[in-house]
Amino acid sequence: MHDKTVAALSSALAEGELTSLSLTSHYLDRIERLDPSLNSYITVCKEGALQAARASDERREKGEARSALDGIPIAQKDLFCTKGIKTSCGSRMLDSFVSPYDATVITKSHEAGLIMLGKTNMDEFAMGSSNENSHYGYVHNPWDHNRVPGGSSGGSAAAVAAQLAPWATGTDTGGSIRQPAALCGITGLKPTYGLVSRFGMVAFASSLDQGGPLTKTAEDAGLMMNVISGFDEKDSTSLDREKMDFTAHLNDDLKGLKAGLPKEYFTGDLDPAIADCIDAAKKELEALGVTFHEVSLPHTHLAAPVYYILAPAECSSNLARFDGVRYGYRCQNPKDLNDLYFRSRNEAFGDEVKRRIMLGTYALSAGYYDAYYLKAQKIRRLISNDFKTAFETVDFMLSPTTPTPAFRIGEKTDDPITMYLNDVFTISVNLAGLPGLSMPAGFVNDLPVGVQLIGNYFSEPRLLNIAHRFQQATDWHTRTPA
Amino acid sequence: MSDTLDQEAVQKIANLARLGLGAEDIKAATGTLTSILAFVAAMDAVNTDGIEPLSHPLDIVQRLRADKVTEENQRDDFLSLTPNNEAGLYLVPQVIE
Repeated sequence: MHDKTVAALSSALAEGELTSLSLTSHYLDRIERLDPSLNSYITVCKEGALQAARASDERREKGEARSALDGIPIAQKDLFCTKGIKTSCGSRMLDSFVSPYDATVITKSHEAGLIMLGKTNMDEFAMGSSNENSHYGYVHNPWDHNRVPGGSSGGSAAAVAAQLAPWATGTDTGGSIRQPAALCGITGLKPTYGLVSRFGMVAFASSLDQGGPLTKTAEDAGLMMNVISGFDEKDSTSLDREKMDFTAHLNDDLKGLKAGLPKEYFTGDLDPAIADCIDAAKKELEALGVTFHEVSLPHTHLAAPVYYILAPAECSSNLARFDGVRYGYRCQNPKDLNDLYFRSRNEAFGDEVKRRIMLGTYALSAGYYDAYYLKAQKIRRLISNDFKTAFETVDFMLSPTTPTPAFRIGEKTDDPITMYLNDVFTISVNLAGLPGLSMPAGFVNDLPVGVQLIGNYFSEPRLLNIAHRFQQATDWHTRTPA
Repeated sequence: MSDTLDQEAVQKIANLARLGLGAEDIKAATGTLTSILAFVAAMDAVNTDGIEPLSHPLDIVQRLRADKVTEENQRDDFLSLTPNNEAGLYLVPQVIE
């Protein structure tokens, strides 16, 4: 039953063909057997999940199911606060942290009757593109255990690809849903900034962070968006607008849609084999009635430099709260208050987190703020304006998600900049606050390749529609690792 | 404007960030941070005169809420998270002699 989509599982539950208890037990059994070689979960909630599954079956029997998804298991990225269950954010700093409240995404999941299987592994504080920065060890790519699953939502992507969860949540600050989705051969959606509440998400870069789904199919991503999105008073950047239906347009005709190919994304940085996959995806979409046009996003080459000022700046400010006093790690025998701060933070943060905190501290420090932070915010507007102009002529864009397929564990750890360039095709979308979706579109050397659909603000139903129609015409998304 | 950082400058940054890095770490960070600053120096070539900085992608200003109590008192829950507390207070090393 682990090969079924959430849409199919939902029907099977409704028809009485399976129970939440049997389904949940099946996934817990798979996790127990298969996860030791992947390390995709940090915490498995066996007892809680079984108990919740029994309660779900009782509700369904009484005709009181909370939603059509009541009883479906889910894996939650270990960055969403969960009441009574450890939320580590992949860091030694929060190894002992048990949140006193639930993130809104978790509350909404509970309200829909979803069963939390556990909390997934991730790069520490979501900083990374390979899941090599976790305090809890590497996550292995299910397609090749010597390779990375991508990051930062690497545990979620690996768990879905290896079918250790029917779907999972992730968060995306510079590509952290789309990049691991691409490297693991699944579907991932980064929504428009403000559609999914950030309340209870451990903050990395608040103006960029956004939660979203990692799923087998576009249809499942729509189903999850219907659960987790919506206005939330507890998040001051949540958008107060009418809730969208993310599955209502899945089957719409694509005839007449105009797609843009941003020419700056098809340069020498791109692996030719990936370019071939995009070309094949383009032909599939053309057969479905989409026409393609070249567009230009002239400030693309500045996205990574801008991102690596703005994200560290926001990170240095957000992570200042971890002081060893109120919660989290505290060093042994501090000799004074400063020693407590300095040693607790140095001992509990990993190298990449410290690097970004220092970079951000520098960019925000007196005398450098204008040259770095303000300058980056101005170019951020130019990048956003590029998209505004392009979307005057096209309905969506097709691009690569990543420059290469999954790389080897350890291959890029020595050079942070090479690692940062992994997100070169995904970062702009976060800077502009736009929705972006990655879907499987082929293989290179037996490793999955993803392509990215970029849409205008609030065009998620359209992006999911395009991906759904593509997935009805292709079978890349149905392939699973051995 | 690609800044080259020396170890003294990196030590200052680490102090501002309350990170107790050792000498070896400072040395390593100096090289990495300098190369990242060279990477972001691509921004210098762009004329941004008259461009408004963008802090929220949809240019939405911070929403305000009514000034009313919405949370119940969870003092005990929050205090239970601290590594060290006593009589409802967070304990830290003595600050004032």
